[in-house]
Amino acid sequence: MSTKGQHAQGWGFVAPALLWTFAFFIVPFIVMGAMSLATLDGRTLIWGLSFQNYAELAEKRFLWRAILVSLEITLTVTVVSVVLAYPLAWIIAFNVPKRWQRLALLLAILPFWTSYVVRSYAWLLVLARDGVVNQTLINLGLIAEPLTLANTRFATVTGFVHFFVMLLTLTIYANLVQLSPNYRRAAQDLGASAFQTFRHVILPLTLPGIVTGAFLTFVLCIGDYVTPQILGGNTELTVPQVIMVQLGRRADFPLAAALAIVLMGIVTVAYLASARWLRLDRL
Amino acid sequence: MDMTKLTTTLLATTVLTGAAGAAMAQEELNALVWCDHMDPELIAPFEAEHNVTVNLREYEGTGAALALLDQSRPGDWDVLVIDGIDVFRAVDAGILAPLDAAQLPIADFFPEVVMEDVNTVDGVTYAVTEKFGYNTISYNAANVDPADMQSLVTVWSEKYDGRISIYDYYLPVMGLAAISQGIATADIGSDNLDAIGDVMGTMRSRAASVAGVVAAQTALATGEVDIVVGGGEWLTAVLAEEQPDLTWTIPTEGAVRWSQSIGVVEGTEQPDLALEFVKYIVSPEGQARLATSSCFWGMPANAKAGDILTDDQKAVLRWDDQPDYLALTQLYPAPDDALDADMQDLWLDTLSQ
Repeated sequence: MSTKGQHAQGWGFVAPALLWTFAFFIVPFIVMGAMSLATLDGRTLIWGLSFQNYAELAEKRFLWRAILVSLEITLTVTVVSVVLAYPLAWIIAFNVPKRWQRLALLLAILPFWTSYVVRSYAWLLVLARDGVVNQTLINLGLIAEPLTLANTRFATVTGFVHFFVMLLTLTIYANLVQLSPNYRRAAQDLGASAFQTFRHVILPLTLPGIVTGAFLTFVLCIGDYVTPQILGGNTELTVPQVIMVQLGRRADFPLAAALAIVLMGIVTVAYLASARWLRLDRL
Repeated sequence: MDMTKLTTTLLATTVLTGAAGAAMAQEELNALVWCDHMDPELIAPFEAEHNVTVNLREYEGTGAALALLDQSRPGDWDVLVIDGIDVFRAVDAGILAPLDAAQLPIADFFPEVVMEDVNTVDGVTYAVTEKFGYNTISYNAANVDPADMQSLVTVWSEKYDGRISIYDYYLPVMGLAAISQGIATADIGSDNLDAIGDVMGTMRSRAASVAGVVAAQTALATGEVDIVVGGGEWLTAVLAEEQPDLTWTIPTEGAVRWSQSIGVVEGTEQPDLALEFVKYIVSPEGQARLATSSCFWGMPANAKAGDILTDDQKAVLRWDDQPDYLALTQLYPAPDDALDADMQDLWLDTLSQ
């Protein structure tokens, strides 16, 4: 086949993906961007180039507060998930016999098999005043009165971490099993302690897996509506919750679009900050 | 006519009749509704009687419904169920078609819920009330003093700090806050939003959560909270059988009355069938089924439904107390766009505290 023919064939293969991306990402994004510059006069949508919706972000306390809350929750979830997922992935990769690793991974991702909403409501029951956690603590004599766990940020973070630890475990595990055992042996031969080997050899080499999982956690967490809505009890509002309120009754699509653009901006910043280590091809 | 012609004619007639029958069997009615209409017990009798399939789509929030209708082609939708106070929005947007009120049993409705001012624009009826109820106080009688529930101020007093959930919809909750201050829901305006905001702040500071329908029911049923501000029969009726301590009351200051209306969508290609559906829903049989829908219970607009509901069902709905309740309650706040935006901002600001 000639070079020209190969070129055409190549375009033929990527064309469906390009068209898909154009139709379902680029076009909606342009529409959303245009919508964020529109305004709502009563119930009439007025297209234009107004930055009024973005100005409202500075003017209305609850809007920037929602951005702050979303960032705080997302960063907490990401850090906690990484801290919990890394040892789990390590144990599966290095301490579980090869023949059991597949089963261990299967067990690790078991929570993915249930509905996200059902899982959130299940956590609500677990964390309730008379739920398993409080009853256990009371029976152990550790507390006299039930703790307020449900409808708090703690509940939101717990629900998120339960989900994202599984995701991070997979990405970190995929990175760990690709490491040649020779790295560890070489470090130990050179006199490195177990901690030094981990700190200076293993951790840097597994950073791409960590950052890839952390980035996915960040993206999915900051845009999630269900978990904070069910488990957070609206005790504080995240950006997706504020977006839903804008749409629910008043159908204020321009302000909702502006908030969505802000979310995308935050995700873009997160991407740029982590791009150096991102290895999405390893998923 | 010879036998061949007769046979041919009979065959053709049979085929055509069969085809027409098949076409009728495939007739569909598309309705945009609240979840209480999703109950098969409600819809199946209509489908069987009219040999039609009713396609139901549930929505939450008038804004979402109006956006959906705005994006649809004329004729996509036939029937719309909408918050009573938002009928005028749908009429303004050209979404509802005039309704022949003479064909509907409005004379049998509880007079207080006919609400011509809500369902009629410029003398033309566009919708009729189909169900109503109250956003008031639901509580667990085993854990709170029922006497305290008779005053809104004591409901969100320090005594019940952390034992309250607030229903997650700003209009009824702000209505209750206004009523507690002696402000009629119809008088809510920019001049008294600060006073309402103060009450909301107090309410919010006492609350363990601000919850939607399912979350509020879960919170009350599991003992996470003992009181739901903005609750009512629609929240506790489905739980009453298993947990009789979960009940509701209307405080002496009053409460907010919600209502939902039903109408025919402008541009429907089957206005007669759509009207038949509306007639069925507001008939005593349809009303009894709608009132006791598996999604949520509520009072039927048509008082004749009382002839069909059982005594137990009427007891749960507090049928005999309705005259008092209707006298004591006020309709949802119905703000114009500017006030609505301010109220929503105040609500979000309160939640963010």
